[in-house]
Amino acid sequence: MSESPVLELRDLRVWYGSPRGAVKAVDGVSLHIGAGEVLGLVGESGCGKSTLGRGIMGLLPDGAVMDGEVRLSGENIVGLSGRRLRQMRGAEIGLIFQEPMTRLNPLMRIEDHFRETLKTHEPGLQKAEIRRRSLEALGGMGIPPTRFRNYPHEFSGGMRQRIMIALALVLRPRLVIADEPTTALDVLVEAQILGILADLKRNFGTSLLLITHNLGIVAEACDRVAVMYAGQVAEEGDARTVFGSPAHPYTRDLLRSVISLRTTGLHYIPGAPPSLIDPPSGCRFHPRCSNAMAVCADRDPVEMRAQSGQRVRCWLHGPETQIPAGGHDPLAREEIAVAEEA
Amino acid sequence: MAEAAAPMLEVRDLEVHFPLRGSFAGRLVGRSSGVVKAVDGVSFELAKGEVLGVVGESGSGKTTLGRALLRLVDPTSGSIILEGRDVTRLGDRAVRMLRREMQMVFQDPHASLNPAMTIETAVGHPLRIHGITNDRGEIRQRVSAVLERVGLAPPEQYLGKYPGDLSGGQKQRAVLARAVILGPGLLVADEPVSMLDMSVRAKILELMLGLKRDLDLTYLYITHDLATAKFFCNRVAIMYLGRIVEIGDTAEIFANPRHPYTASLLKAIPDPDPARTIPRDLPRGEIPDAAQPPLGCRFHPRCPRAFEVCGWESRDLRDLLELRWAGAGEDRFESERGTLGDLEPLDEPSTHVRVPAAGGRSGADVAEMLDRVRADQPGEPFWTGVRSIDPSGTDAALEFHDPLDPALRPVGDVHVACHLYDEALLPVRSSLAE
Repeated sequence: MSESPVLELRDLRVWYGSPRGAVKAVDGVSLHIGAGEVLGLVGESGCGKSTLGRGIMGLLPDGAVMDGEVRLSGENIVGLSGRRLRQMRGAEIGLIFQEPMTRLNPLMRIEDHFRETLKTHEPGLQKAEIRRRSLEALGGMGIPPTRFRNYPHEFSGGMRQRIMIALALVLRPRLVIADEPTTALDVLVEAQILGILADLKRNFGTSLLLITHNLGIVAEACDRVAVMYAGQVAEEGDARTVFGSPAHPYTRDLLRSVISLRTTGLHYIPGAPPSLIDPPSGCRFHPRCSNAMAVCADRDPVEMRAQSGQRVRCWLHGPETQIPAGGHDPLAREEIAVAEEA
Repeated sequence: MAEAAAPMLEVRDLEVHFPLRGSFAGRLVGRSSGVVKAVDGVSFELAKGEVLGVVGESGSGKTTLGRALLRLVDPTSGSIILEGRDVTRLGDRAVRMLRREMQMVFQDPHASLNPAMTIETAVGHPLRIHGITNDRGEIRQRVSAVLERVGLAPPEQYLGKYPGDLSGGQKQRAVLARAVILGPGLLVADEPVSMLDMSVRAKILELMLGLKRDLDLTYLYITHDLATAKFFCNRVAIMYLGRIVEIGDTAEIFANPRHPYTASLLKAIPDPDPARTIPRDLPRGEIPDAAQPPLGCRFHPRCPRAFEVCGWESRDLRDLLELRWAGAGEDRFESERGTLGDLEPLDEPSTHVRVPAAGGRSGADVAEMLDRVRADQPGEPFWTGVRSIDPSGTDAALEFHDPLDPALRPVGDVHVACHLYDEALLPVRSSLAE
């Protein structure tokens, strides 16, 4: 990439306090998204992907601590004042959530949502210009001008999500973060919304961070994908490469456990994702990994490039120089009970 | 399908209608505000040992269908015959007895278990309710055995736990244990794995297959997920807005989907195949309001292959115009919308509608505008349904073809409710439907 990335995370950590100790929900994540790029962030529930999204937006709850860097067009927003953050949210980062009804005010007409959003971020805007911009954003999402003065409850679930997207886009942000944007929708509507999201980059040059547990969505909509496990990125790279030749055993097993139309046998990953208070030593996946070696339980894996090009943190990819003698021996593992699961 | 023996379950013309409440004033004057036909004439059979998938989107009526079989909601009409016995009109006592033979598993394992009950109490509850035993030792023994069977082993580790101590997958195992403890023959499973993580779904489905084999179960598997249905079911029924639109052997339906709705569902499923891209040629819109379903075939407004008699009507015109205006610039919207008067008359479902002109405009202006829209949309199936546009002084009268409601009819080895497979309609079918 020649120009600086729209979003860059450097060694980001987000920890929560809990009665049993600090929850390391995000633990040393480095990622970047270039202009017009779609990055998918996938993982099982509890892997830290939603916390990561909220951390980028500065929407963490009280009691959470963030450390590291979140660079938005070069500016580090970790530690910024609430005021400056609010300015950036919306204008530079647009947000799309899973359940649009919880984000739209039931007492406000669609028109008022748009007016409020535009007035807040661009106070000088004239009435006619507000209307024109709003209708343009809505029209792009297939919402006709005749519905501009309707209330949120008068729309179907899919249309509400389109309205949310239009509301995020009307400020023309460079980056949109979508957290499970289609999870509450039916499969046909989901496909419509994915089509819209994928078109964002073509039509507006918008970058997109798509957070989802649905690997199928990532394969279809994303340029690159980052697979998270226990607060860390296990593997990251070109979506086709990662899905076509996964380098991390976790990615491989996760892909195998997806039930798709081509499924002929059932596969699953034994065990459950670990506690983020006291994660396993070494590689966090080693207790569930069928390829685990002696070194995996002792030492944190180092970030490497797999032969197919993606970044991966797994001792199978070396570096050989850091694996002690006997480190390649298969790991003697405790048996995992059948019902030890998420 | 060779069914020598009588089917285990036979459902005939089942209807479940819910009255709409309407306003308080409306109820005072006795005005009915209509009904939602959640299940509207559903028939199927389920053979012993079979797994039948009922697949549909939200609002298709699949969950209501499952609940009606268990008599958790009362059917409006039709019949449910379980092993030769009509259970449609059983009284409360008999319904309770029915649940020894037929049990249900719900989607949300967190909501299915009482958070204040230990697993032992919850799973053993049916034994007490049905008066099988009150003996603590015997209950513990039977609960332990069934927990072991669903993989919650060793059972001593789980007996005293509360639902809050268990993961989602473990809770669903406990729910399955409770469902099978009375030894039912039929299990209605409503989205049993959709709330679980991807890596756990396969384990629970595998458990269900094992239970079926060991306990001689028959399943009705309700889901929105075609991929699990394909793997899990012998036959599938595709539901749309209260009706079955296609039913038959799983392999045949997935290899050769005949109903355009089935075909588009199959196309839309996200797949982690790196070579796949987002499908673009998908049906527009969403499932319409079941209180006022579309005329004719209920899928016609979204169907890419709908033709003359599929049920085109006034509301489709409004949807068509609004969709067009959403994509158009403000100028075109102002000019076209400005030609028309109040669009309210279009909201009443009808095959004869007068489209009013705006003040100062004439019916001829309206007709001319509609002709222009039609010319812009050569591939739009809606226009096949328009028989004529007649301008008069202040409006233009649109007449549509008479709508036909498709019935399930045999096509090859499956049954499909779609006019495309009605040879009698071939002569009136436009080439767009191909």
